[in-house]
Parts: sequence; C-alpha cells; structure tokens
Amino acid sequence: MWKAFDRNQVLRGVSLTLRKGTILAVMGGSGTGKTVLLRIAAGLIYPDSGGVYLFGSRIDRMSEEAMLPLRRRSGFVFQGAALFDSLSVFENVAYPLREHTRMSLGQITERVHHFLTLVGLPDTDDLMPAELSGGMRKRVGIARALVMEPEVVFFDEPTAGLDPTNARLVAQLIAQLRTGVCDTAIVVTHDVEFAELVADQMAILVGGNFAAVGTPAEIHRSANADVRRFLTGELREI
Amino acid sequence: MIMARGLRAHLREAAVWYGGLGLLTVRVARNLTLPPSYLWLVAREIDIIGVRSLTVALTAAVFTGMVLALQTAVNMARFGAENYVGPVVALSILRELGPVLTAILVGGKVASGITAEVGSMKVTEQIDALRAIGVNYIKKLIVPRLMAALLVFPLVTILADGMGLVGGMLIAVFDRNVDPYLYWNTIAYWVVLKDFLTGIGKSVVFGALVTLIGCYNGLATEGGTEGLGRSTTATVVQVAMGVIISDFFITKLFLFMFW
Repeated sequence: MWKAFDRNQVLRGVSLTLRKGTILAVMGGSGTGKTVLLRIAAGLIYPDSGGVYLFGSRIDRMSEEAMLPLRRRSGFVFQGAALFDSLSVFENVAYPLREHTRMSLGQITERVHHFLTLVGLPDTDDLMPAELSGGMRKRVGIARALVMEPEVVFFDEPTAGLDPTNARLVAQLIAQLRTGVCDTAIVVTHDVEFAELVADQMAILVGGNFAAVGTPAEIHRSANADVRRFLTGELREI
Repeated sequence: MIMARGLRAHLREAAVWYGGLGLLTVRVARNLTLPPSYLWLVAREIDIIGVRSLTVALTAAVFTGMVLALQTAVNMARFGAENYVGPVVALSILRELGPVLTAILVGGKVASGITAEVGSMKVTEQIDALRAIGVNYIKKLIVPRLMAALLVFPLVTILADGMGLVGGMLIAVFDRNVDPYLYWNTIAYWVVLKDFLTGIGKSVVFGALVTLIGCYNGLATEGGTEGLGRSTTATVVQVAMGVIISDFFITKLFLFMFW
C-alpha cells in the first residue's frame, strides 16, 4: 500500500497479511503512519495505490455503503475512544446492537453489562462520556468495539495517555480476548512492553515500510539497525 | 505573482467545495431509498428545523409585510394607487420575500447548527466511530435532516407568507386607512395560484440547499475547535449567498417554464 497526504509520503509500498488467530502489534515512532495503516486496513481511509483485502473481499475500491457489512464483522478502538458524547455509557455500548440486531431490551442489557464487566466498568450505565477518566473512556470504547463479538479488532494506541495501572488493565484485557471474544487483532502501539504482552507477531514501521516482521523473539534478535534503534528508544520520526 | 498564487489557491478551494457539495448531493440521493428509514430521526429534525424556528420566521415575516406595506402605500399614494397596496405586498411576499427571507433566517440558523453538530462529531472522530460500527452515516446524519427540511421549509414559508400578508394588512388598514375588504379583494383578484406555488417551489430548493451546505461544511471540518468555528461562520455566509444567488436562477427558470 502507498499513501500520501499532500506531499508527505506516509506509506511506501508496505505489505502485510494478518491470519486468523493472530494478534499483531504494529510499532514505530510518532508520525510513521501506524494509524494510517490501521485505518486503511479497517477500510476507514483509502490507499493511493495497492490492494487491501478484508475477510477476503477487496475493499480499497469498495464504496462506503458496500463496506458496511464488512465493518460490522470488525471492531475499531480509537485512540481517543471516540465515544458518542450525547449518549450514556450504556447507550454507547448498546449502539451497535440497536443498529444491527433485533435483540430485545433485556438481551441488549445483558450483553452490554457482560462487556462492561469484562472491561472492569460495571455499574457505570448512566455516566456520560464527559464524566469518565481517560482510562474509563478507553475501556468503554473497547466494550463498544467488542459488543458485536467481531472477528477482528483494530486497536489504535490503546494504552496512549493511560497511567500504568490502566495500561496494564487494557493489556490484560486484550490478552484475555483471544481466550473468548476475538482471537484476531491488529494493535498499533509505540509501547514495546505492552506489545510483547499482547502480541504474537510484531511489525516495526520505519520510513513508510516494515523494517522487520516476526515474533517478539525474532524482533529482539533482529540485526536491522532501525529495529535496534527503535527497541532502544533511539529512533524517533515525526 | 503572490496575487496570482492566492487567486489560484482560492479557485482550487472553490472547486473543491463545489465538487464536494455535488458529490455529497449524489451520495445523499443514492441513500434516500436505502434501508433503514430512521423515521424517528426525521420527526426529531422536523421539531428542530421547523417548530423551533417558527418564532424567528414568523416575526420576520410580519414585520417584512408591515414595512413593505408602509413603503408601498406611501409611494403609491403619489400616483393615486394606494388601493393597490395589497397585491403589491402579496406578490412581493409570495413570490420572493416569503421564501427568501425564511430560507436565509431559518436556513442560517438551521444550517449553522447542523455544521456545528456534524463538525463536532467529525473532529472528535464520532463519525469515524459510526463508520467503524458499520452505520451508514449519510443515512443516519444527513438524510433525515434533508427529508425534514424538504417538508418543513415549504410549511414554514406558507405560514410566513400568511403572516406577511396579515402584517401588510395591519399597516394598510390602520395606518393608511385602506379598506380591509379592498385589501383582500385586490389580492384575490391580482394574485394567482402560480404566484404562491412558485414561491413554495423555491422554498423546497432552498431547504435542500441550506441543509446540504450545513452538512457538507460539517463533514469537511478539519482543524479542531478552531476549524469548527471557521466552518460554522462559513456556513452562515454561504447559506445567505447560496439562497440569494440561486433565487435569481430559480426565478429565471420558473418565469421561463410557467410564464
């Protein structure tokens, strides 16, 4: 895939395949195009060139309307949570169920409470997004992304801006997902420790392309200079 | 050199805006018939666009009718034609001032509100969240507003027309001593259904135009809260300009088609 914004070439021929049952952490410094890559993979933005396939369907030339059924099979966790600010926590999490299912209120309530409990936020139904801390918002965003039990989840910097306790909670939650709700995910992060905790594949994005892709152990053994510099915290991009 | 570059940038910006508005219009038209219908959202928008705009529209209409009657009567008295104040007021209001003023006042209020709401959703990624959930945001956010506007603008215009005529009558009767029966009789004699219907036809076009401008500027908002402020201001100006400019072309078209 290739993608540029004005004259800034963000992705330069990056290629990636995510197989079912894999949690892949995409890492890189700030401004390397991790979020752009994630959004292209989820079909939220179009690449300038290259092919993108989601669940076997080519989505890079698909219309917004045609892509909707595919998006319903995936979940996306936004860096800033992107909660609907006029809806309560309960309504935010219930939103996909109300839109896409014919569940009764009782079934919706049961499902929403299950996922709010899973993310450690029981008894927060009536709170509004403005009343939540950053960590709580992010966890509500995760509950909303998971409530339809998607086949793949896209996480955009799920621990960014969180204190260590909340970051650990989110990491445990993502690691826990594969045992139940969803075993396939792409996690964009710049946090190496977090990536090691949740991912079984890691990819380091440098200069618009992957400098290395492999298991955490393989990444740590990589002789690539950019990868070494990233892991030691010496690689910074804008 | 700098001026030429500035002009080029300005023209490119204008082309992007008109192109974007055109593409949005096509997408909205394509989505009009797709399920789900979100009728409850249409009802909510009718309340927001119509009911909550009535005071503004009707107050403006009654005073417009009054000032129009005042000016017309004073000047027509110079030709001894004061008794014809009714038809002049009626034709001006039904054909032009009713739909145009309603569109500018209600449209400016409604469209800037839409830009602020949709733009706020855009900058806080709530529209992306809708897309990620698999919700058709055009169908959910734009279509109900457009459908409500197509219904509400003509209705508000009809009420504004009525209030404008009543305002004109108040001045004609109480200030200029025109007989009320004469006021209404001359209107009934000189004004035909076509005069009323062309005004209503305009209001339908204006309703669609202001809603689409409001929605497009909201969706095109970039640059956080500062960008949101810019979009909202731009909407107010573009709605007023759009209504006034399109009014000329619609008038020409209607005269060509029906006169």
